[in-house]
Amino acid sequence: MTATLDPTTAATVHAAPPAETPLLDVAELRKRFPVSGTIGPLGRLRRRMKGGPVHLPHVHAVDDVSFTIGKGETVGLVGESGCGKSTLVRVLTRLLDPSGGIVRLGGRELSLTPAKRFAKDPDRGRIQMVFQDAGESINPRFTAFAAIADPLRRLRGLRGAALTARVERAADQCGLPRALLTRFPHQLSGGQRARVGIARAVAVEPDLLVLDEPTAALDVSVQVVILQLLERLKAELGMSYLFVSHDLGVVRLICDRVLVMYLGRIVEQGPARAVFANPLHPYTRALVDAAPSLHDRGAGRIRLQGEPRSPIDPDPNVCRFYGRCPKGTDRCRTEMPALRRFGVRDVACHFAEETAAR
Amino acid sequence: MTALVATMRHARYVVSENPVTGLSFGLFLLIVLAALFGPFLVPHDPLASNTTMALQPPSAQFWFGTDQLGRDIFSRVVVATRLDFGIAVASVVLVFCMGGLAGVAAGFFGGWTDRIVGRIADTIMAFPLFVLAMGIVAALGNTVQNIVIATAIVNFPLYARVARAEANVRREAGFVEAARLSGNGEWRILVFQILPNVIPILVVQMSLTMGYAILNAAGLSFIGLGVRPPTPEWGIMVAEGAAFIVSGEWWIAFFPGLALMIAVFCFNLLGDGLRDIVDPRRRT
Ligand SMILES: Nc1ncnc2c1ncn2[C@@H]1O[C@H](COP(=O)(O)OP(=O)(O)OP(=O)(O)O)[C@@H](O)[C@H]1O
Ligand code: SF4
Ligand SMILES: [Mg+2]
Repeated sequence: MTATLDPTTAATVHAAPPAETPLLDVAELRKRFPVSGTIGPLGRLRRRMKGGPVHLPHVHAVDDVSFTIGKGETVGLVGESGCGKSTLVRVLTRLLDPSGGIVRLGGRELSLTPAKRFAKDPDRGRIQMVFQDAGESINPRFTAFAAIADPLRRLRGLRGAALTARVERAADQCGLPRALLTRFPHQLSGGQRARVGIARAVAVEPDLLVLDEPTAALDVSVQVVILQLLERLKAELGMSYLFVSHDLGVVRLICDRVLVMYLGRIVEQGPARAVFANPLHPYTRALVDAAPSLHDRGAGRIRLQGEPRSPIDPDPNVCRFYGRCPKGTDRCRTEMPALRRFGVRDVACHFAEETAAR
Repeated sequence: MTALVATMRHARYVVSENPVTGLSFGLFLLIVLAALFGPFLVPHDPLASNTTMALQPPSAQFWFGTDQLGRDIFSRVVVATRLDFGIAVASVVLVFCMGGLAGVAAGFFGGWTDRIVGRIADTIMAFPLFVLAMGIVAALGNTVQNIVIATAIVNFPLYARVARAEANVRREAGFVEAARLSGNGEWRILVFQILPNVIPILVVQMSLTMGYAILNAAGLSFIGLGVRPPTPEWGIMVAEGAAFIVSGEWWIAFFPGLALMIAVFCFNLLGDGLRDIVDPRRRT
């Protein structure tokens, strides 16, 4: 399952190596899911008797993704629903095993330890996560205190008074009134639940905090407060963030760098400011054009039409965006564009030069 | 603590809203009292026969009348509560542990665990349940303990199914992933994250199957398996009384039968009430 079989990988140009080793280094990561669960032993037998292929169709949820996150950096991850953001995040946080590729944290190759055993790994506490739906991510039978205390107990071995003190400190840091610690999730507001989720993740002081649309379920006024809280925590604790979001405005505001994903692949990455000011990939351009807050030029807008290509066993020689791309040509149908360097960023489009030249 | 107080408040609300649930709680209390203190409260010795007083209809002296050996039926019905209730509770607790744990593991782990538990449940379901219970008691030996085991086995699929379904919907839940991130192993997650969410639902199930367990135990005794005369037990009493119904002595079978019916009725209603208390969203 190595990437060398894939003609596009050989052409991939990686970012120039940064001065120090990055905190997180992801290389050629893939995740595939068999379609419709399993066919079961009987189905497999039937296929074998017919002499047909035993190969099952797979969803290529994450396909050949490489990037790095530096210490103290905030990296945004954007892309439409179903493009594989959550899957990528679940592989990075070691909740899922990748189908191929490498995840390195501070030089150590985490992907060597199976996800099932990673719960007991000494590095478990170094990557933590804030979930999209804070309510659903807290056990309804646990109080806020129990929820925040759980990782401290398991990963830091705290007990008794030390545990209580640490939980209270985490609550203070996250602006959660101590009086609310005895409450159950259904007795808390959405914003308070989000704070519990954040307090739980930062209590163990991770190096990398992954935020999967942390504010998607909140109303706008609460969103702002939570984003400010996250900014402050980052400065206080010196964490790196991987920030998944639908909201390009938020990503531009808080992220140093941004990754744009389309159907499992990274199509553009670079400094958030540069990417949003002048998108080089047609998909990024469409995203930016669809976010009115970022863009007020009416002319030359790209509006997406048509259905995305199927993520099930996609043709490795066709650009994933072909069919929806207003610039697509025959070349896009016969050759997958590789991720190529353009100054400070990477773009996967055959015609990025022309876009850049304009 | 706050949860307990809130639950109590909600329980009071449910009972006051729904008088039938209140009634079932009252009956339940009565049954528990009879089971605990029955033998000390009854007016006559349930085992003492007195042939001069045989087959007396209900009167001020013998509230429920007497049987063919002149034993006081009221005393026998009350004293029998402990045995019938005890068998039901024991078997329900047993199946709660077995079926609940197996089902939760099947739903959470999936794969082979799920397949094995599913096959066991299917196999049990393939038999007519009462016939299976009869077979088990006949094979294991005619004791109260084996009635408990047989009743538990017969109820296993019900518990395993409910527990499996409840665990299965939670296996991908956000809080399970959060627990993994917090360094909990799979078994820890099963016991400390999933189980607390499934137990309340199983408790409702317990109450609903309790009536069936009593009926099952009494049924086994009725056909001569399990508890043996002269022990007071509702099933045996109904069986003994059945012969006298044609000759007009209806009370011998009627009162133990009534006790049985009330108990089953009470546990079923109680289950419905408990369901409302455990999960207010399911209120009808
Ligand atoms: N456990 C799974 N089994 C099979 N397919 C899966 C599984 N998880 C995700 N997928 C598929 O992988 C693809 C990517 O899903 P993913 O949840 O990562 O998208 P997403 O970018 O997070 O979308 P959203 O913004 O809606 O959360 C989808 O086509 C989805 O159907
Ligand atoms: S390679 Fe072709 S289809 Fe793909 S994004 Fe570029 S122009 Fe569009
Ligand atoms: Mg998602």
